[in-house]
Amino acid sequence: MTDRNSSPRDGAGTAPVLELDDVHVRYGGSHILQGVSFEVPATGVTALLGRNGVGKTTTLKAVIGLAPRSGRILLQGSEIQTTSTAKIVRGGIGYVPEDREVFGGLTVDENLRLVAPDQGVEAPVVGRLFPDLVARRGQRAGTLSGGQQQMVSLARVLLRDNALLLIDEPTKGLAPKLVTEVADVLAEVARTTPVLLVEQNLPLVRRIADRVVVLDAGRVVHRGAAADLVADADLTRELLGVSMRREGVA
Amino acid sequence: MSDLVLLLATGLGLGALYFIAASGLSLIYGLMGVLNFAHGAFMTAGAYAAWLTMGALPTAWPVAGRLLVGIAAGVCVGALVGLVVEVVLIRPLYRHHIQQVLVTVGLSLAGVAAAQGIWGADPRAVDKPVWMSGTTDVLGARLPNDRFVYVLVAGLLFAGLLALLHLTRLGLVIRAGVENRTMVEALGINVHRTFTVVFALGGAAAGLAGVLYSQYAGAVSPAQGGSLLIFAFIVVVIGGMGSLTGTAVAAVVVGLVQQLANYYAASGVGDLSVVLLLALVLLLRPTSLKGATA
Repeated sequence: MTDRNSSPRDGAGTAPVLELDDVHVRYGGSHILQGVSFEVPATGVTALLGRNGVGKTTTLKAVIGLAPRSGRILLQGSEIQTTSTAKIVRGGIGYVPEDREVFGGLTVDENLRLVAPDQGVEAPVVGRLFPDLVARRGQRAGTLSGGQQQMVSLARVLLRDNALLLIDEPTKGLAPKLVTEVADVLAEVARTTPVLLVEQNLPLVRRIADRVVVLDAGRVVHRGAAADLVADADLTRELLGVSMRREGVA
Repeated sequence: MSDLVLLLATGLGLGALYFIAASGLSLIYGLMGVLNFAHGAFMTAGAYAAWLTMGALPTAWPVAGRLLVGIAAGVCVGALVGLVVEVVLIRPLYRHHIQQVLVTVGLSLAGVAAAQGIWGADPRAVDKPVWMSGTTDVLGARLPNDRFVYVLVAGLLFAGLLALLHLTRLGLVIRAGVENRTMVEALGINVHRTFTVVFALGGAAAGLAGVLYSQYAGAVSPAQGGSLLIFAFIVVVIGGMGSLTGTAVAAVVVGLVQQLANYYAASGVGDLSVVLLLALVLLLRPTSLKGATA
């Protein structure tokens, strides 16, 4: 495993907001996470990278309690590995799942009122970051474009005061222009809230991530500064099997 | 003409009973994915609670007054039974669907056996208000008055449940949970508390159905809930699990088809025609009449 020295952008020196210590996840006979340990600093964006199927999404699900896990998981120093999903979320973790998972039969406003019953699209953060959603408040979320659904999914978690955001492939399947819009929102959000981001789009990682954690076959194989990884073509190819030149846009 | 009016009115009345019985079943399955075979036992519990309550009240009271109190008792007992069953038996078995089916089937059988053990297997006559036993002339047909009551109660229940689903936070959580309960929990909402409330609501609706069905049949009996449950399941499958509007439409269709077939074909063909209707819907529209939205 490689573990590069932390840069000033890492947030090193402050207490981590999230710690994973020897976390395992087993589904049936499959051992998906095999002793994953890493920390997420209390500031900035930590990108969780790796090839398809190495356990990135499972790691987020283990943190939020949507995957059967063992090991220790600490949020702001408190153990949460036996806590229910709803309590973990109310305790300060916002989760934006892969594929958005908006409630298609509910309107945009209703999707948001699930989290903020008294505000919905009237919440200031929605007007500031997602003005398009205000105009579409009465539209069923299932009829929105992929990018708009991603905005609903992001807006939903931003209605709470979060200690940490878990965001799973927010640009997956989006057109380049929308990728840029989502990246702008993430960069804005990350100014005030630490983010653990699963993302395949390396230019986006280069733009907004401070630290990277790379998984392979359910284990952490690299930790370090994001800038160092994306600047090192050989290391990127070795760990992720991709070249920056062929990657998407941000 | 008068025959057709009579058949339509009685079919609507029967459909109203089916809707009341099926509405709770539909909500419970839609949100929680629980096929509640104990729903018939909830109906039986409500019916016996009303019968016992009416019997315990002074006979000097008008029957209608005793029936109203009996309905309240039936609804409360149904809700209480639903709540206890969810907390004690269903909650430990979420995501274990086979075990849920086994538990609810077992509860259903145990409920019938318990009622037989306590009150005997024979039907016990229930008092019926004089007006509900009478008829009203409409377009030359003499329509049984109790059918108006069933349709009115079903209409009020439908409107109340729609208001609950669309005007309250609980309803919003239920509608979201019907779509994706895991994501509801991932938004920090305690979906298990909602499960308990919905099970109690379903039990209350079942209790109401049990009381009204005993009025329709003129008696309470241990197996009554089970026979009504079969039609409730058919209605829910045709209308779409979790779809209240679909359940209402399917209940009316099933009630009408049953009555018309019984009259124009032969007595007893109505039940067969309902099963054929179910098969037809499953073949032509496997996702049901309305899909799976609350």
